[in-house]
This record gives sequence, structure tokens and C-alpha cells, in this order.
Amino acid sequence: MSIKQTLVVIGNGMVGQHFLASLVASPAKDQYDIVTFCEEPRPAYDRVHLSAFFSGTTAKELSLVEDGFFEQHNITLHLGDKAASIDRAAKIVTSAKGVTIHYDKLVLATGSYPFVPPVAGHDRAQCLVYRTIEDLEAMAAAAKTGKVGTVVGGGLLGLEAAKALKDLGLETHIVEFAPRLMAVQLDEAGGAMLRRKIEDLGVIVHTGKNTSLITDGETCINKMCFADGEELETDIVLFSAGIRPRDDIARACGLEVGQRGGIVIDNDCKTSDADIYAIGECALWNGMIYGLVAPGYAMARTAVANLTGEAGSFTGADMSTKLKLMGVDVASIGDAHARSQGAMVYSYQNGADEIYKRLVVSADGKQLLGAVLVGDASGYSTLLQYCLNGIELPENPDALILPHRSDESVGLGPDALPVSATICSCYNVTKGKLCTAIEAGCTTMDGLKKETQAATGCGGCAALVKSVLNSELAKQGVEVNTDLCEHFAYTRQELHTLVRVEQIKTFHELLIKHGKGLGCEICKPTVGSILASQWNEHILGKDHTALQDTNDNFLANIQKDGTYSVVPRIAGGEISPDMLIALGQVGKKYKLYTKITGGQRVDLFGATLEQLPLIWKELIDAGFESGHAYGKSLRTVKSCVGSSWCRYGVDDSVGLAIELENRYKGLRSPHKIKFAVSGCTRECAEAQSKDIGIIATENGWNLYVCGNGGMKPRHADLFATGLDKETLIKTIDRVLSFYVRTADRLQRTSVWMENMEGGLDYLKSVIIDDKLGLGEQLEEQMQHVIDTYQCEWKTTIEDKSKLKRFHHFINSDGTDDNVVFVEERGQIRPARDDERKHFNLVEVA
Amino acid sequence: MQWMDVCSVADLQENSGVCALVNGLQVAIFYLPTDELAVYAISNYDPIGKANVLSRGIVGDINGHKVVASPLYKQHFDLQTGACLEDDTVTVPIYACQINGGRVQVDTRLVAPLRQLIENSTNTKQEVVSA
Ligand SMILES: Cc1cc2nc3c(=O)[nH]c(=O)nc-3n(C[C@H](O)[C@H](O)[C@H](O)COP(=O)(O)OP(=O)(O)OC[C@H]3O[C@@H](n4cnc5c(N)ncnc54)[C@H](O)[C@@H]3O)c2cc1C
Ligand code: SF4
Ligand code: SF4
Ligand code: FES
Repeated sequence: MSIKQTLVVIGNGMVGQHFLASLVASPAKDQYDIVTFCEEPRPAYDRVHLSAFFSGTTAKELSLVEDGFFEQHNITLHLGDKAASIDRAAKIVTSAKGVTIHYDKLVLATGSYPFVPPVAGHDRAQCLVYRTIEDLEAMAAAAKTGKVGTVVGGGLLGLEAAKALKDLGLETHIVEFAPRLMAVQLDEAGGAMLRRKIEDLGVIVHTGKNTSLITDGETCINKMCFADGEELETDIVLFSAGIRPRDDIARACGLEVGQRGGIVIDNDCKTSDADIYAIGECALWNGMIYGLVAPGYAMARTAVANLTGEAGSFTGADMSTKLKLMGVDVASIGDAHARSQGAMVYSYQNGADEIYKRLVVSADGKQLLGAVLVGDASGYSTLLQYCLNGIELPENPDALILPHRSDESVGLGPDALPVSATICSCYNVTKGKLCTAIEAGCTTMDGLKKETQAATGCGGCAALVKSVLNSELAKQGVEVNTDLCEHFAYTRQELHTLVRVEQIKTFHELLIKHGKGLGCEICKPTVGSILASQWNEHILGKDHTALQDTNDNFLANIQKDGTYSVVPRIAGGEISPDMLIALGQVGKKYKLYTKITGGQRVDLFGATLEQLPLIWKELIDAGFESGHAYGKSLRTVKSCVGSSWCRYGVDDSVGLAIELENRYKGLRSPHKIKFAVSGCTRECAEAQSKDIGIIATENGWNLYVCGNGGMKPRHADLFATGLDKETLIKTIDRVLSFYVRTADRLQRTSVWMENMEGGLDYLKSVIIDDKLGLGEQLEEQMQHVIDTYQCEWKTTIEDKSKLKRFHHFINSDGTDDNVVFVEERGQIRPARDDERKHFNLVEVA
Repeated sequence: MQWMDVCSVADLQENSGVCALVNGLQVAIFYLPTDELAVYAISNYDPIGKANVLSRGIVGDINGHKVVASPLYKQHFDLQTGACLEDDTVTVPIYACQINGGRVQVDTRLVAPLRQLIENSTNTKQEVVSA
């Protein structure tokens, strides 16, 4: 019935996009024709995780816009076009490219720009800022030639930028005008502790420094001169000295702006013109600019509510933050500086572990007003909930920050929180909302995230969301059953530990000590695999044969008709013509269907049980060994031809692939493991789709982990860069051993890593920083497997007792008459049902 | 009873299966040395995977039923009744089987219900019947 109004949104950043997404999700979405101007060359992306760009996250992965979003919701997007002016009388927006649009309602979401102090020389070459993907590209380019980088500004963003410089391999300095780091969030003692920690990491911190000039350097491109007469040579100068709201377009059309900038808004997020809203970092509410994404999102939701006739208002936001800055946990909550009247302070300082905590409590000691945490922010969620929900503090509030020396738990369990408690402030998700979703059947973290969006913003609330989930599930009586099966009330990881610690060598022993019943097709192969990876005895040994899945049991891959396929190892995919001929001759002699696999080797199909040892005898005589294609174990290390032949090759990918394949062959694991090695970044071996992927670079090998193809493909994550071969191998040893120890049954490395609390960062801390002190043990475990390697087929054909089973019948030399082949394209294949009609099938009844 | 001599106990695989050709039928024989009955025989033909493979499955117990899991698609077949636990329209034939003087014997004519099978069997104890 009604004619649609036109709604124009200027700026498609984080908040602008959240506004659009909330609007199209609201029932009143059809009231408006929506148009948006996006100055940047790409639609909204996740600025909060911008730094991830340096660790290999692509612009596409950072995007906040689902494919087809604008088309699907009929939103006109003017990409790479800036709104240049607003004519409020005519209600027209004109863009830099000359587009003019009449609006009924206008939303300003123009964000902010990095403040660059007007120091002489601030616009010299290599003087950069840190806000957009283009800024990061410029940094990466500058870092290629530079050696030294300096960040101006020691706030949150400055520290993050410093980490980026450090990771780019530069000597890194931070220059801060104030007497301490993170002056806004931290008090003096907290700032000092943070400084020590950051200096320990090799970043040089200069506080109380006022830059007066940037000019030509002698050893570097630039030189910074300070008011106190000191100087600092640096190639890159990265300004991170705060942000300023982008209010120029509002200012030019006469909207009210604050004295120090910012478009003034009321509780409805309306500007001084009732048809124009402002949201996000460009907006000034009650004299405040909010430089965080959560308050911006709250404003966006308020504006949507107003535009669609729902109730909603913005009444300020919590500015608490928790960050990991250069590996140091830092958190600040509420009134960190104890500015409230009568506030009392508790603080705890631990010089040895470099931990500083401070609580700001109301005069009556009942309410938490604020807190500062440095070095250990594990109490953040609990403290934040006390603060936001006005929960009465325990009698001795300092118990909340003192180290736990007794069993008494001081954490605030999810049950203590009121239903109205906000758990995720990015998406304004309350505990009540989570509970409703859980009741409706969201019983996994993934499902809950999709349903409520909780924990999909900054991620700071993930741990708390998880504990709400667990406690609700427990209440519903849904036992989170992690038992392997009815025979063992343990997870695979726990069983692995039992086997290792109690030196258990057989399934029977484990079953007697820790299980019940006879076992089944779940626990038997699982335990078989654990025993193999721990003790590495032959899998067809007397105590182990009955545990194996049929593939392992006959060291070949069962096919639909009960015949098997045979895959000898061709390490790295390298094979001499003579070996290839030998393989061909075996295939020909036994009339096997022959096919090249995806892992650069050859698969021979159609072997019957009695043929398997005969075939293998010939293969072994020709110099082949088992390819373990039948096992949950290392499969192949695929490689490109690399520097020996390829004109782009940087290193010998084939040589490394062969060495790795020979090192890890025979390793039994929770699921199959695939590797690949590429000789340069062109990545012809597709290493980034493997559990372990390696790419040669000028600076050494780059290691990727936890990728896979298959049903749910996943790109591997960059784990470490510029490694020499020795370090590379050591790192892989550790990753694989840790995987073998801790993964669930049939869990690929990708899911293993994703389910790990702390994910990739945690894995890095265990493997690279050796946080659990397991490094050596993990390497030893791998070394044991390597030292005890045997070709399973060679051992089998040399042992009469093992060969006995390789007959179809125990009491006859006859063969299975249900195995019938027909010919196709010159090779055999199993007959289909309709093709075998005239055969007399085995009587079954 | 017409017991057919099949093989010696030493030819069996502990806690696992072998396949025997008995009167032209493929019979999967499972050997559980600690079990009261010790041996179980069912058809080797997996009617779901349509191949002669059941003797190569993993043996175990599910909710008190002694079973073999098909190596093709992992359905469980009850060793005592032949019933498929996942699909109650599917059953495989079961056969009488016993150990006699170190020899394994099968009677393929007997596709009898469990009770009868046990009663007819010579070397089993009566108390398992009630189980
Ligand atoms: C490195 C980094 C790390 C951060 N980390 C955190 C964090 O951990 N937690 C947190 O809460 N916040 C963090 N922030 C801040 C957070 O990114 C911002 O609060 C958020 O992006 C603000 O959203 P916005 O939409 O208001 O502004 P923006 O995301 O900047 O979007 C504004 C968009 O509007 C465009 N625009 C401006 N004027 C016009 C015009 N006239 N016409 C068309 N387009 C225009 C701009 O080009 C821009 O694309 C971080 C920021 C950075 C840079
Ligand atoms: S990845 Fe590089 S070295 Fe390997 S084949 Fe491709 S271009 Fe050549
Ligand atoms: S993709 Fe499917 S059909 Fe092809 S080999 Fe794998 S499981 Fe078999
Ligand atoms: S608080 Fe940021 S994602 Fe939940």
C-alpha cells in the first residue's frame, strides 16, 4: 500500500554494515529503499581483527558481508564512491562521482580517521597510519626494505601496531607522549607492569616523549627528533595517536557537532536534524565518542528501532576491554581510575610472574565499580558481570584477585547471573536469550553462535557463553557424554594417557583395567591405533589383529565387492621408469584395475584375499613398501617438482617431501594425515589444503597446519614462517605427536584445532612456546615411532602365522564366487547387480 | 544333527572370524575363547553390502548382544539370532556350531532359534539358556 521511503546510509564500515544487517532482519524492512555509499574499495570488513591480515587472513576472510547480501536485500551499493555533500533543504546527497540521491531518512556512519599530529615532516615517505587494509598493504611494502619501525602512541591500537611491526621482522619502538603505556585504561602500576612485559618481548618503549620534527635520517629513511633533544633513527613512522570522528560532511551541512568534533546525537541516535541519524565512531553522545565496536553496534540497533517504529534508545555503553597485546593479557573494566566518589581500591602485584590486578569498589564495599588486570585477565568475565549487573560482592572482594591458594572457587558461575545479564555486548545477547536458544535445541557452541550471534564479534565473551551452554545442558539433564563407547567411560585422549602412563600394551589389559564388556568396532580400532602410535608393535601381532578395521586387518583397502586395493608407497610422488614398469607388470599379471590416486601414487584394484600376499611379495622384491593407504595414518606427502626443474622454484620441494614421507610413514593417528610441499608460493602442490603444508620461501620454509580437502574443505593456517629444515621437522614432530595424543577418534587436525579452547594461538603456545613443557616428550614419542618403523607387508609375508588369514576359506582353496568382474575401457570392474543376474548367488535362506 | 567337520580350533582367529565353506554355503565362524559358547556361526553374506565379508568384521557386544559389525557399512548383526540391530527387516541365517575334541563343527541344516540351538548343542552349560 504505502510508497517506500528512501533511506541513505553514508559509510559501509563495521557499524554501517551492522545497521544494514539489523534493518533487513527487522520485520519493517520493506518500508525502505536502501542506498549506501562506501568510500573504500570493498564493502565492510572486520577492522577489529585487521591485524590478522598479517598472519595470512585474506581481505575476503575479513569481510563482514555475506556473498550476495546487497543483491538479496535490494540494497544499492555505491562502492568506491564517497558522499561529498548533503543538501538538507532539498534532502539530497551528492557523491564524489556525481551520483545524486533524494533521501527521506539519512544515516551517517562515517567512522573516524587516525589522528596524525601536525609535527613538521609528518607527511614524509614511510609515515603511515593503521586503519584500513590499504594501510596494512603499505606497511607490508615498507617493511620489505626497512629495518626499523616506530609507533607513535602507546595506546591499545599503538601496541597492536607495534606487534604487527615486530612480526614483520623490524626492530620496533613505541614512542608515547604520556608517562605510561595505555594511559586511558591503566593506572600507573598497571602501566609499568605492561611496559616491563613488552620490553621483555624486545620492543623498545620511550615514554614522556614529545616529537618535534621528522626529517632525513642517516642510517634510516627517517629521523625523529624529540623536544628533549634526543633522536631516533627509523624507517617507518606509524602514527597511532588516537582517532578523530569524520564529521566534515555533517559540519558542512550545518548539523550540530561537538567542540572537539563528533556529530551530536540524542538517545535515539538522531542528530540535530530529525531525519538524520549518526552512529558509530563519528557520533558524539553525551560528550563522548566511543572508539569501540560494541557501542557502535548498540547505536546501530537503536537507529534501526527508531526507523522501524520500535522502542529503543542508546544510553551510553560500557567501555570495558580485554585484549591480548603482544601476548600480554590486559583488561580494564568500568571506572579503572577510581574516580567515583568514595571509591576504595584493592590491588595485587606479583613481580615474579608480572601480574598486576586492581579492583575499584564502592564505598560500602558491595558493588564493583572498576578493575584493571595486567598479565592475567582470566577473571575478566566474572568481574565484568559483577560490574555490569550490580551483583553484590563477596565479603572479601580481594579474594577475586588474589591467587587461588585453596580449593575454594571464587569464579562467578553462570548460574549466579541474572537472566537479564548481558553476556555478549557486541551483539547485545543476554543470558536469557542464550538459554532460550539452548532450550530450543542449540546444544553446540557453533549452533549457539549461529542462532544468537553471541561470541561472533570481538570474541571476548566466548568462554562465558560456553559455560552458560554447559550449565544449561547439565540442567536439562543432557549429559555431555564424552565416553568413547559403552565399553570405556573415557575419551580417546584419556585412554591415550592411561596407555602411556600405565604402560598398557594390549586391548585386553586395558579392557580389564578400565573398561567392560567385549569391546566393539569403535573402541577396538581406536585402542589399536593408540597402542600402535605409543608402542608401534606390528598391527597384526597376536594381540592386535582382532582390533583392526578390515582395511588394517588385511593391510589393504576393502572395496564394494569384498575385494581389496593395493597402494605401494611412492614417496613424494617420485618414481623411476623401472619402478613404474615393475608396478605395471604386477598389475598386468594379476589383472588389477589400475588408477592414479589424488596423492600422486598408483592404486591397484580387484585383489582377492589370497592374492594379496602374492602381489606384495612381488612388489617388495621390486623395491616397494607398504603405502599405509589402509590405515588411519600418514598417507602421502605430495610435492610439486620444485627448484630442481621448475623455473620459479625456490627450494627442493621433492627432496623435502621424500624425507618427510619417509620420516613419518607408518605413524598411526586418530585420522588420516596428508602433507604437501610446494617449491614456491605459486603453491602447485596445494599444500594449504593439507593437515601439514609446507611452502618454500626466500627466507626458509613456511609451515601451514590443520587444513583438509574432503567433505568440508578448510584452508590450513599459517603456523610458522622462515624455518630451517631442522626447526621445521621439530615443529612437525611436536604438532603430530600432540595431535595423536589429544585428538578424538576420527577427528581430522582441522576439527581438533578448532575445538581446542584457544584454537590456533593455544596450539602455537604449546608447540612453539612450549607452554606445557611437553616439547621434548612429544619429540621423543615421535622418534620412537620412527625408530621402530617396519614395512608391515614385509613382516607379514615373512611370517607364516600371519599369512594364514589371507584365504577366503579356512577349509578350502576355493574362491568367493560372488566376486565377478566385467571389462570396461580395457580393465576390470565389479559386475553390477543387473549384470550378474544369471549367476547363481550364494543361497541365503 | 549332522555335524560337518570344518577345521581345528587352532585355525580360528581369537576374538575374530574366519570363513568356512560348508555344503556349498559360506559360513562365518567367530571364536570368543572366554565365552561360554566359544564359537558362533552365521552366514558370511552381508545382505546390505551385498558381499561375502561378515567374517572379516569386528566382533564385540552392544547392549548385551554379541555382534559382528559389517566391514563395509558397519551394521551390527547379532551372533545369536542373526538380527541386524540397525534394520529389523534384515536377518542373516545362523548355524549350529560347536567345538568337539579340538575340532570345529557346523550343522548348516539347523537354522534354528537360539534356544533350540543351545539345547541341541552338546558341550554347553544349561544356565546360559536363561540369559
Ligand atoms: C587495528 C584496529 C583494531 C581495533 N580493535 C578493536 C577492538 O579490539 N575492539 C573494539 O571494540 N574496537 C576495535 N577497533 C575499533 C573498531 O574497529 C571501530 O570502533 C569500528 O570499526 C567503528 O565502526 P564505524 O562503522 O563507526 O567506522 P569504520 O569501521 O571506520 O567505518 C566507516 C566507513 O565509512 C567510510 N566513510 C567515511 N566517510 C564517508 C563518506 N563521506 N562517504 C562514504 N563512505 C565514507 C569510511 O571509509 C569507512 O569505510 C579497532 C580498530 C582498528 C583500526
Ligand atoms: S609451486 Fe613453485 S616451484 Fe613448485 S611447481 Fe609451482 S611454480 Fe614451480
Ligand atoms: S568420493 Fe565417494 S565415491 Fe569417490 S572414492 Fe571417495 S567415498 Fe568413494
Ligand atoms: S562481547 Fe564481543 S563477541 Fe561477545
